[in-house]
Order: sequence, then C-alpha cells, then structure tokens
Amino acid sequence: MVTEYSTIGDIAGPLILLDDVDHATYEELVEVELPDGEIRRGQVLEVNRKKVLIQLFEGTRGVDIEKTRVRFLGRGLELSVSPDILGRIFNGLGLPIDDGPKIIPEKKLDINGNPINPYARIYPKEFIQTGISAIDGLNTLVRGQKLPIFSGFGLPHSELAAQVARQATVPGAESAFAIVFAAMGITFEEANYFIRDFQRTGAMERVVLFINLANDPTIERIATPRAALTAAEYLAFDRGMHVLVIMTDMTNYCEALREVSVARKEIPGRRGYPGYLYTDLATIYERAGLLKGKKEGEVLEGSITQIPVLSMPDDDKTHPIPDLTGYITEGQIILDRNLHRKGIYPPINVLPSLSRLRDKGIGEGRTRDDHAQIANQLFSSYARSREVEELAVVLGEAALTPADKAFMSFGESFERGFVRQGIDENRGIEQTLSIGWDLLTMIPRTEIKRIKDEFIDKYLPKGA
Amino acid sequence: MSVGKIVKVSGPLIVAEGMSGAKMFEVARVSEKKLIGEIIELHGDNAFIQVYEDTAGLGPGEEVTSTGQSLSIELGPGLLQSIYDGIQRPLDIIYSSVGHYITRGIDVPGLDHAKKWDFTPNKALKEGVEVKAGDILGEVPETELIVHRIMVPPDVVSARLIKAPEKGSYTIEETIAVIETDKGKRELKLSHRWPVRMPRPVVRKLLPEKPLVTGQRVIDMFFPIGQGGTACVPGPFGAGKTVIQHQLAKWSDAEIIVYIGCGERGNEMTDVLQEFPELKDPATGRPLMERTVLIANTSNMPVAAREASVYTGITIAEYFRDMGYNVAVMADSTSRWAEAMREMSGRLEEMPGEEGYPAYLPSRIASFYERAGRTVCLASEERIGTLSVIGAVSPPGGDLSDPVVQATLKVVKVFWSLEDQLAFERHFPAIGWLSSYSLYHENLADYFRDELEEKWEEMRKYSMLLLQKESELKELVRLVGQDSLSPQDRMIMETTKSIREDFLHQSAFDQEDAYTKLSKQSRMLGVILELHEACLRAIEKSVPLASLVELPVRGRIARMRYAHEKESGLFDEIAKDIEEQISKLSTKETAGGE
Repeated sequence: MVTEYSTIGDIAGPLILLDDVDHATYEELVEVELPDGEIRRGQVLEVNRKKVLIQLFEGTRGVDIEKTRVRFLGRGLELSVSPDILGRIFNGLGLPIDDGPKIIPEKKLDINGNPINPYARIYPKEFIQTGISAIDGLNTLVRGQKLPIFSGFGLPHSELAAQVARQATVPGAESAFAIVFAAMGITFEEANYFIRDFQRTGAMERVVLFINLANDPTIERIATPRAALTAAEYLAFDRGMHVLVIMTDMTNYCEALREVSVARKEIPGRRGYPGYLYTDLATIYERAGLLKGKKEGEVLEGSITQIPVLSMPDDDKTHPIPDLTGYITEGQIILDRNLHRKGIYPPINVLPSLSRLRDKGIGEGRTRDDHAQIANQLFSSYARSREVEELAVVLGEAALTPADKAFMSFGESFERGFVRQGIDENRGIEQTLSIGWDLLTMIPRTEIKRIKDEFIDKYLPKGA
Repeated sequence: MSVGKIVKVSGPLIVAEGMSGAKMFEVARVSEKKLIGEIIELHGDNAFIQVYEDTAGLGPGEEVTSTGQSLSIELGPGLLQSIYDGIQRPLDIIYSSVGHYITRGIDVPGLDHAKKWDFTPNKALKEGVEVKAGDILGEVPETELIVHRIMVPPDVVSARLIKAPEKGSYTIEETIAVIETDKGKRELKLSHRWPVRMPRPVVRKLLPEKPLVTGQRVIDMFFPIGQGGTACVPGPFGAGKTVIQHQLAKWSDAEIIVYIGCGERGNEMTDVLQEFPELKDPATGRPLMERTVLIANTSNMPVAAREASVYTGITIAEYFRDMGYNVAVMADSTSRWAEAMREMSGRLEEMPGEEGYPAYLPSRIASFYERAGRTVCLASEERIGTLSVIGAVSPPGGDLSDPVVQATLKVVKVFWSLEDQLAFERHFPAIGWLSSYSLYHENLADYFRDELEEKWEEMRKYSMLLLQKESELKELVRLVGQDSLSPQDRMIMETTKSIREDFLHQSAFDQEDAYTKLSKQSRMLGVILELHEACLRAIEKSVPLASLVELPVRGRIARMRYAHEKESGLFDEIAKDIEEQISKLSTKETAGGE
C-alpha cells in the first residue's frame, strides 16, 4: 500500500512533521520527493493520531512545506542481498554506489533484524590467530566475539584493524570467509586506506563495503551499521561464511543518534546522548556470534565476529560511548597515546584491554596448556613494572630494590619485544608465547606466582 | 475487558483510546499480532501501555484489548532448568517453534501443560481438615536435586478441604484437591498464578544468622553475606561483575538459584546454559542446572520486558522460598533495569530526577531488595525460608556517585566494590578490600565461632588491620622510599602481599582454586598470619629481614590454594616448616652474634 501526502507542517533539523496522515506505522520507510524531483529516504520515528514524525537520512536541505511530497512505502528499510554483494560498494543506506551491475536480490531483509534468542547461540570458543602478540597472547580474539578497538584521534586504529583483517586465521581450519566493512563519517583518506589494503592483499572480492564518509549525510549513519550487519548475517548464516565485520567510527554513529535525539527535544542522558544509547548500541553489537545447527550439539556453519572502532573523545574511557560499548562488547582493545609516542606499534595498552572470551578460547587443544597462566603472569608483572616506574619517578632509580629494578627492565622489554611488532609481521601463537617466556627470565623465579611449577619447569628457558 | 484503538506509537510506548474500564498494571494485547503489553498510565479513556515486544509496523487505528489480568506468571513444577525471557516465555520453546531469532507475537505458557508429574500427597491431610495459605498439599520430585512442594496458594486465607489430594500423576492443569472457602468451592492444582509486582506474603521476617557460603575467600572471610541478605556489586566494565555472579550461582550453598540476566550480553547467558548442565553440585554430584532457573532478557531484547524481568525472577524465587528453601537471586545488571525505567519514563514525558532517571527510582530499588529476607513462611506449621539477593550495578565510568549505585547502597547490607586497578593487574575477584563492607559480621560471628574456628573474627580483624596499615605504608614508601621503613613495617608489607596474592586472589578458572571450603579458608589465612607472627618474633631476635623475606616456606604458602582438600596434612606441614625454618635462622643469628 503506497500512500502519498504533501502535508508537511514543521521542518526542524533532520526531522519533518507531517499532518493528516492515515495509516502510517512506526519505523515505516518513506520516500520524500523534493520540488526539483530529488528523492530522499526517511523513517517514521513517532505516530501520534494523524501526526507523523519522520527523520530524513539525507537531511532536510531543500525540503519545503508546500511542494515536497512524502510517500509511505508500507515497509521498513530493507537491504537486497544475494551472493553478488561480495566485492561491491554500497552507500550508508545499502544502495550500490560503484559502477557495477544492479543487485538482483535473492531476498530483501529488514535492516533492523530480530534479536537472536540466547538459547539459539553457541558460546564462542574458537581461537582466531591475528598474528599480533598483544592480542593473541593476552587479549585473545575468538570467532563470534565482538571486540572493539578504543582509540583516540591520530592513533593507528585503522592500521591495526586492517592488520587484523589481513592476518586473522583459525589455525588448521579451511573455511569460506568474508569481510564486511562499514565506514561511518570517516574521511576519504581513511576509507581509502582500507580499500587499498584490501586490494593489495587480493581480499577485495571477499569484501562488502558500506561507505558513509564525513561529507555524506549524517543521519544516514544511523542505518549504516544495521545495513552492514544485515549483509553479514546473510553471508554468515544463509551462506555459511565466517564474516569479520569492521565498523569505524562508532563515535560518529552515536553523534548522529544524538543529533536526532536533540532535534526531538528528548530528555538527554549523559553528555547530551539519549538515554536509550545503551539499548541502541546493544541492538548493533549483539548481532555477532555463532548459532546452533539443525541437530542437537551442532554449530550452524558461519559466524559473525565484530571489530568496531571508536575514538574516545579526549582519550577518556569513561566517556558515554566507550563506556556503554564496554558494557556490551566482550572486552576491548585500548590504544595508548604514550606508547604511540614511544614509537611502539601497535600501541596497545594491555592492562586495561580485555578479552572476556579469552579463557574458554585458549588452553590445551586450542592454543597451548600454559597460555592462560603465562598471560596472567605477564599481566601482573607488567602491572608491577608500571608501579615501579611511577615509584622511580618520585624516588629515583637508585632507591629501588633489586627486584624492583628487574621488573622495571622487564616492563621496558615487554613493550619493545612483546607488544611492538611490524605492521606486516604475523606471529604464530607459539612464537608469541615463547617471547613471553623469554621475558619472564628477567624477573626472579620466586616472583612468578601465577604459573604452576609444572609449566615453569616445562617452558621457562633454562640457564636463566 | 475493554477494547480500544491505538492513537500513538513511540518506541515501546503506545497510547490507546477507548480503554475506559481498564485498570492500572493490567495486561493488554496490542494489534492483531497480539503483542503483550502492560497498562502503566491512564488518562480519561486513554491508556498508556508499555509493550514487551518490538513495535515496528504498528500504527494508529489498530486494536488493543485489555485482558483483565495483571502481569502474572505460572508457578509450579517445571520452573527448574528453564530459561525464560523477561515475561516468563520459555526461550527453548521459542527456539524450537520459530528458530534462531525471536519474532513477535509468540504466545507460549511458562510451564509445560502436558507433562505429567508424580505427586505424593501430604498424609496428614484428610477431608474436612482446615487448611490455609502455604500448607503443603504434597510433593513432586521435580529434579533429582529438588523436591517441589505443592502449597495452598497465598491468597487462600482459610478453608476446609473437601477433596483430599491423592497419589498419582497429574498435569499442572488437573485438579488435585478441592477446598471450600467463604467465597465458595475452589479447585487446587499443581500450579497457580501470581502477579509479579506484588511480593508474596510471609508471616514475619527474621534476621539472617547463617552465611551464604560462596567458596570465594574474599567474600566468605572478609565480606560475607547472610542467607536472606542483600549485596551489591558495582564496578566499571571489565572488573568482573559477571564472573562473580557466575561464581556465586555455581558455588554458593543456596538450594535454589534464580539467575536474572537483565539487559546483558547474549553470550553470557549461553555460557551459563552450556556450562551449568555440565557442572556438578559439590554436595550431591547432580548437574547444577537442576537447581537453577534462568531469566534472560538480553540487551537487544525489548526494553520493557527487561523492566519486568527482575520482577519475574524474584517472584519465582519467593515461590521457592515459601517452600522453605534457601534461595539466592543474582540480578545482572540492575543498572539495565533502571535504564529501562528511565527510557519508559522519558517516553511518558515525566519530569526527570537525577541523571534523567525517574524520581521513583530509589523507591523501586528499595522495594525490590526488600523482597529478600529470612522469613517465617505462610503455613500452619512453622517453616523458614531465605531469599538472598545479589545485584550487580554497572555505573557509567565506574563512578559510584551514580544514582542507581547510591539508591542501592541505601538498602543493601553488603557492598563488594570492584576496582579497575585490581582488574588491570588481573587480581580477581577484583573486590577492593579497603572500600568494601559487610554489615552482617555481627549476625554471623556466632556461626563462624561455633561451627568453624574460634579465632575467625580475630583473624579477620587482624588481617584487615594489616591491610589498612599497608595502604598507609605504601603512601609513605611513595614519598620516602622503602629503606626508611622499620623492619616490622617491612614485614607487614611482606605479609599483606602474601594475603593479597595467596589468599584474596582466586582464580575462577582453576579446578581447585575456584572453590575453597570455609575450613580451608581459615587454615590458609591462619598460616599466613602464623608466619607473620613468627617473623616478627625473629626480627626481635635481630634476624635480618632479607632472610625472612626469602624463607623457602613462602613458596609453599603461595601454592597452598591449589592443594586438594584431601591433602589435609598440608597445613600442619607448613606450620612445621615455619617453625623449623625460623628457629634455624634464629639460632644462626644467635650463634653468629656470639
């Protein structure tokens, strides 16, 4: 049922208010035809008797009260999917913007999706080797996890995300994979960095891109991650592929959401962001994981692993966006400006970083029996080295005990030898762990408390 | 019942007109999809309804029917081992009927209506006897672990039994007994319904006197919670709230666990679902799932049902408490519940209180926690049940001035403060020992003294004193360096390091370390303090500090947590080692001095 109105009453920010409408429904998709014939898309935010509030994805510039017409399409925002979406570029609403042929849809899917039944999930346990020691060794990524990168302006999060995309493998498993890349409000250069990297490594034909750049319509960003995840769900659970979704930059997404909220004059939560930001982000981040297969105990082929990238305003982890994200995602990788200044790539601060799914994804049969314990030991020793470093600043190095000094140089070597690696350096998990054990020779053996004797005897290099 | 029409849709809130006759908190069915909603405000004949399912695609003109019932759940055999959404719809049944995703308008009962249960009647009941609310009609062995006691529903004041229950197998819909009340005859079944927002009545409340043993050393020894008590775990993300809740759900000695996953991650619920059937109850060897009820309204599921989920959970818990069980509720996380309230409040355009939360937030939180307690249950014969509530709070940025944390701290008696810094060091559980507290020490002191260890309280207080002293000393060291401390103070820092690393730190993932019996806990802390005393005595005899710091027995103490409970001789051996090694040093010192 298509119905058309030209009864716009108010226009404010990205919103228009339409009067005298019959039969509009909540979250319905509309097409707005401007006086010059341009067609824009919008979505119903609220229906109140005959008044309908609509947000326009491409903004309200040029919309007028007299001549602009609004068509109600009787459905939500949908994405056309088929296997041909691989290798294609779409805009933030999911319409193709490359010069390729039209997508002949196998089906059309509502981009909002439906919540996954927690009973239908399979707990992710399969280790993904990213070849990056600070991730594999200490904050391990597993297939089906959502692990964001918390970054700041000027830090190499794009390089890191691209490196993960390039190197991620599940050791010993051959399977179809795909990358879904959603760009929200990032610059052309940043987006181009990813595209060039995909082309360089020949991955382009396995990538689906959804691009909303900094100069593209702001409100369109609200749809971008949802369109991308709809594509990912199709590829993963209809086509059995293992999909890695990179979404950058979530901060821009949240700002678009705030813009709409402010235009609606809603009561703001913290820092002007809407009170429902948590719920809204959850409907994005929770679209990751593994599903049950047809038979009891079976896993459905395919998975969605998410790496959202967000920049923390002023590097503040307690800002609402990283804060709420951290409460939903299964850990976080935090980039640190000080490490970056020291010239360490990737500048991952391992202490506040975390992978919640690590403990069940590592160990015997997955990585190695000693993995959990050496990781904990490295964490606690590095934490100690940072404490000692602070102490040394106040008291001078001369006042340190021999054990403290050992920790201090351990900390230094840990940053230079374990965390730091080349942008194309792909370390196997064995190599990562053995670097860790080599580092432990620098501290007194009595200080190694997080590791059982049997592992110390087995793995600690002798003659230390 | 009234039938009206939708006039407004705004997210989970809809407004319907023509609803005169509808009552507050009545359940309404919305549109032809029959979405479930609850009336939360009435203005003239306009009803404001919060809808427990996604409202996309709804519009003005669609029909709304009120049902005459308030939001209530089914209570009876079949609750255990279930996983429900926020309004008691079984997620496993939803999965088998509609697949991986939760679609809308699914109508499934909370309990299996077709399953037959073996029922054994209470022999004391004969026709003609007087019965009242809470009296036990008989029993159903619901799982190997739990006997489900079938009770006269709480709303029966007093009645005469005109058909006594008989042995047999029944579905929850079949009549097992008939009573005559002053309002007429009433058929009793294996199950009854109860509105979730109304606490189930009890005779009176008692004070907790036994600890809820959790096997977590920092909790049991330093910040215990009583059976029937309340606790809260606030902390920033990544500090380990959920791991603590999981540990308590696994190892605490409550007989029934109700785990409410309120607006949290889907995978965490999956983890519980997959892990609990494989974990064995330490006492009986049966799967832990047999004593567990799960409520999972994850963050991406409808926000209004999240608001209802904590009430659904605590009502189920109260029902088992009424049978005389020790029940523990884990609510993870109450912040998401508060946020759901805030979202509805915003949609209702109410005047906000602090941080946009509604002004009634503190009273809602208080009345939720007040449903906990050790109580004399309704029944002719006295029966005591306990209901403990442990709520996680997720304050923004870990900031404890958050209104939800503040409102919670006002009512709960135990505060486990999770600290970022400890989590960074991977010191788990990351419960800060200086800021946490328990107000149950006095209630529980008798139990610990009589049942476990005479010096329990003394040991606890002394260790706390040392830990407090340590934080002062650390300040000092930061200013003037370690060398300026006296040997005694240096020894305190050694001992507290051992308390922190060898006692308070506990791995949830190590088989032996994950759970520590109370008796082992007191032995562990005992030897650490013994060594401290012995070292202090040695310092008096001018034994050099360095040799005391490097005593070989410290290595054994560091590994005692991994000792199996059967190695009971271990602690005696350690005590012997301490004595021998210290006296060796002392003699050497005296000999060297001469």
